[in-house]
Formats: sequence, structure tokens, C-alpha cells
Amino acid sequence: MSAATAAARRAAHAGMIGSAARRNAWTLGLLGFLAFLLVFTKLIQPSYGVTGVQGLAISVLPLALAAVGQAIVVISGGIDLSIGAMMALTSVISASLMKGQPEEFGIAVVVIVLLLGLALGAINGGLVVVTRVPDIVVTLAMSFVWAGCALLVLKTPGGGSAKWIKELVTGSLGNEWIPKAAVVLVLVVAVIWVPLRRSGLGLSIYAIGSNRLAAFRSGVSVGRTKVIAYALMGLFAALGGLSLTASTGIGTPVPGPYTLMSVAAVVLGGVNLAGGRGGVFGALVAVVILQLIRTDMTFLNVNTNLAVVVQGVILIGVVMIGSLVQIRRARA
Amino acid sequence: MSGVAGASGARSAWLTAAAWRRQFRDRPLIPLVGLLALLVLLLWLLKPEVISVGWVGVTLRAAIPLAILAACQTLTFLTGGIDLSVGAVASMSGFVVATLVGGPGLGVALIVALVIAALVGLLTGVGVGVFRVHPLIMTLGMSLVVLGLANVWQLIMVKTGSGVPAELRWLGSGTVGDVLPNSLLVFVPLAALILILLRRSGFGRLLYAIGDNPVASRLAGARSWQVLIVLYVISALLAAVAGFLLGGLTNVASVTLADTSVLPSVAAAVIGGTSIMGGRGGYGGTIVGALILTVLTSLLAALGFPEAVRQILFGSIIVAVAAAYTRVTSES
Repeated sequence: MSAATAAARRAAHAGMIGSAARRNAWTLGLLGFLAFLLVFTKLIQPSYGVTGVQGLAISVLPLALAAVGQAIVVISGGIDLSIGAMMALTSVISASLMKGQPEEFGIAVVVIVLLLGLALGAINGGLVVVTRVPDIVVTLAMSFVWAGCALLVLKTPGGGSAKWIKELVTGSLGNEWIPKAAVVLVLVVAVIWVPLRRSGLGLSIYAIGSNRLAAFRSGVSVGRTKVIAYALMGLFAALGGLSLTASTGIGTPVPGPYTLMSVAAVVLGGVNLAGGRGGVFGALVAVVILQLIRTDMTFLNVNTNLAVVVQGVILIGVVMIGSLVQIRRARA
Repeated sequence: MSGVAGASGARSAWLTAAAWRRQFRDRPLIPLVGLLALLVLLLWLLKPEVISVGWVGVTLRAAIPLAILAACQTLTFLTGGIDLSVGAVASMSGFVVATLVGGPGLGVALIVALVIAALVGLLTGVGVGVFRVHPLIMTLGMSLVVLGLANVWQLIMVKTGSGVPAELRWLGSGTVGDVLPNSLLVFVPLAALILILLRRSGFGRLLYAIGDNPVASRLAGARSWQVLIVLYVISALLAAVAGFLLGGLTNVASVTLADTSVLPSVAAAVIGGTSIMGGRGGYGGTIVGALILTVLTSLLAALGFPEAVRQILFGSIIVAVAAAYTRVTSES
């Protein structure tokens, strides 16, 4: 009995190493691609340096936070098409609350907006669970609701931002090569997602995405886990909204391209749209890659519209390669 | 129990919830038309002056391009897919026609636009069918590609200028006696074709089969990749036609003209009772769904709600209808 369990454990262990290697193969490939892009950027624009890296960090921050949120929901087997609208809503709320208020009030605003993000996400998740309507339909409809709420708060771009929040994402920390925006991003992910991922709740999120029925039969509360995954997404959407306010100094009620770009980044990052597979780190690397490609296009004086084309082609191409690898593995 | 059969038994069969449920599941058109009638009645009660012969014409005229775009969603939903590239393809087609009509003439312009659309559909179909890329990602990537290329085309053609041809304006916005829009000339044959395609043709049955059970349909000898390629070509062609009509309706040539119609087209198909998970639904419901959305928009506008409140109500009502639908039709 104990020998059998030991053997089973060893087999499971070997399987885990194998799957970990496979998971990392995708991320390593992405990192290689990122390194290549950085070298390429330096080659075509020798002056690319500190300011370039700082600009990169600030410009990826909103999409990176959105991508982390989207990744969590996709891993749990859902998808949220209202994330862009949620970011717009949280951004206008924070901007209109902070306008003309003392600096210290900003802390209260951040707390309020983050709690609001959790609530917005939980509403989305709750509706998905209670109505049993497919995630994509519920969140698509809710994107109208959140965008409408954003318009209710502010009709036109406006509001303001506390100074310290702006300073939180601009400039560098210690070494000039370490932009504050990147530090904020890493800290946020490290504080919120990493411990969660290692907890039972994180495992449950992967479990309901991988096999709902099996998760249910092993005692995972599927509905509750799903709501929590959506609430976390809402939290990251609120962080993304705050970062929009911080980097622009105002709130804009019109949703940016973050919904679809976050889905694209998540898929590029190796998260399976069917759920249960992938991680947040790959999605973050994918976000940087997408932004760097855009930067390179400007350096090369390529028409910005062609840059959009290239982004689309890379998205399709990379996903095609990924699915070809999968098809081949399935045959082997 | 069988003792009470007979007249009273037949009556009680109509009175039980299960019977109603079965009725709704088998004939989704009845509750949908009921909802449509309810909305019109509501509008008539609240704003009697709005309802007129002209209003019918305006509503139909606005619903037709939406219904055609929703056809793309219905067909792709049936196989478990989705087509988010309809907005980009429709805008591109309308724009290409508007820029080319001054030079080579209307006939050539229409053919060029349709050929480009078919090529886009072919690429999408190959990606989804052969490379098994998730339709959401594939069509999202393609819409980036199409939008970017359309923008480049716009820059090239900026000197030539553009204008929606008078023929398309007649087709898209003209009406016969204020009631029947001329676009019915396109829509009626198209809708009949789609309905026949789905109900009576082998291709239609294959769409349902692939969406209902991909493994079973493969084992039964269906070559799903061929079906999917043809499906996405058809979807892109339909989007192009919708683009022509939208251009004519709004008298605007813009590369983002139809972008705002993408989400409503998905909503129309969902409200119409086509399952986004595949295998269940039809085009009849979608047509009514498009009408419901158009009347709803008209109702919310007539009641004088600000844009923000309109969006919120729009989203909430879509969730409510989808939830009611799922509740009524799901097997308990």
C-alpha cells in the first residue's frame, strides 16, 4: 500500500516536473522572444536606454494589470469582456473623487476604489453563477452597464489625481534602470496573486477551470470559487483603472482597448482559453512584448496602422504555433 | 393518475410549468415575438406620438444591418465559435466601396470589397479549422489586421476622397412609402437563404453537428475543417453586405463604422436563442432578437434617458433576457 502510494507519488512528481517543463517551455520561448526584441530595439535605436525602459514600464502598466485579472478569470474557465469598461469606471471614480482634495484623501480613495473593484467583479461572477448564462454573454452585457456607469460619473474626461499617486508610477526607484511602475506591478502581483496561487483557493481556481465536474466531486465549491476569481479580476481591473488615472492625471469615461488586448495577452502568454492551464507570468511577458513591438514600429518609422496589423499577425501566428505544437503532441 | 386523463388532463397539461417550458424550448419564437410586442406596446403606452408609419420604416431600416451581422454570429455560434471580426470586415467593405466608386465604378468596387472579405474569411476559416486556433482569438487577430490595413488604405486614398455611392444610399436608407425599407430587397432573399441553409441543407446540419458534438461528427465522417472554412467565408461575406447597407444607411465612409455593432450583433443572436456553446438555435430567433434590440434602443431613446442610463438599461435587459431564457429552456 505504502509502496504503491510512494510509486504513485513519484509518478505524479515526474508528471509534475514534465508538465512544469512544458509550461515553462512556452514562457521561456516568450522570454527569449522578449530578449530578442530588446536587442533588436537597441540595434535600430542605439539611444534606447533608461528613458525608453521607463516609458515602457509606464505604458504597459494598465494593460499588464488587466492581463493579470483576465488571466485569473480565464484560468478559472471563464472570460471577462467587461474589464475595459470596469477600468474606465474605476478610473473616472478615482479621478472625480480625488479632484481638488487633499493628498491624504487619496489613500481613502484608493481603498474605496479597490473595494469597489472587488464588488464589480463579484457582481459579474455572481451573475454568471446565478443565471448560468455563459460567461462571455454576461460579461459582454455587463460591459454596457459598467461603461454606462462610467458615463454617469463623468461625461467628459476630467477629474484629477493626487500627486503621490502620480509619483508612484513615474520615475525610478534607486537604480535608474528600475522604473517605479515596474516595481509597483511586481509588488502588486507578488502580494496578491502569488500567495493566493499557492493556497487552496488558488488550486480550486485551477481545478474548476480544468474540470468543473471533477472539482465539484472533490468538494470544491464551484460557484463560490468562480465568484472569487471574478472578484480578483475586478480588483486588478480597479488597479488598472487607478494606474490609468495615475499615468494620465485624469479619468476617461470611454473604455480603452484593454478588454480585447488583455484576452490577446493572456492567450499569447500561454493561458489556455478553455481554462485550467497557464499562469500570470507569461501573460505579463506577452504584454511587454506587445508594447515593445509597437515601440519598435515607431522607431522604424512604420506607419502606426501597419503596427496594428503586425500585432494581429503576431497574435495569430504565435497562437497557431502553439496549437500546432498541441496537435502534434496529441498525435504523438 | 391516468384516471383524470381526458378533457381535464389535456387542460392541466397546458397549465403546468413544465409544459410551458417545453413549449418555449421547442418554439422560442413565440416568447420572443411576445417580448417584441410587449416592447412596442410599452413604447405605444408611454410615447404614443412616436409610433407611426415612419417609425416602423426607421426601425426596420436600422434592424436590417444588425440582423445580417447577427447572422454571422448565429452561424458561428452553432459550431461553438464566434466572429468578432464582423465589425472590421463590414467597415472595411463599406469604406473600400466608398473610395473605389469614384474610379473604377460601383460594380468593380462591390466585387473588390466582397473578394477582400472572402479572403479574410478564408484566412479565418483556415486558422480556426486547420490550425484549431480559438475562434475568439482568430477573429480578434483578423480584425486587428483588417482594421490596420483599412487605415493604411485610407491614407493612400486620402487624396482621392470618398463618398458613399448614391445607389447604396438608396438601398440602405431609402424606403417605399416610409414603411418598407429598400434594404429588404437584400435582406429578404439573404434571410431566406440562411434559413433554408440551416433547416434544409447538409451544410446546415453539419454546422449543428459540429457544434453539438465535435467528436461524434468527426467519427461520423464530417470533415469539420472544410465546413469551418466555408462557414467563415460566408460569415465574412455577410459582414461585407451588412457593411454596404450600414454605409448607405449612415452615409458615412469610415474604417470604424461598424465597430459599435459587434457587441449588439452578439447580443441579438444570444437573445434570439442561439446557444454560444454550439449546436442549438436558429436564424428566425436572431431576426426577432435584432428587432428587439432595435426597438429597445428606440424605446430608451424616446423616453429621453441620457446615454449613460440607456447603456446601463440595455446591458441589464440583455442579462435579464438571457437569464430568463436559460432558466426556461434548461432541463431541470
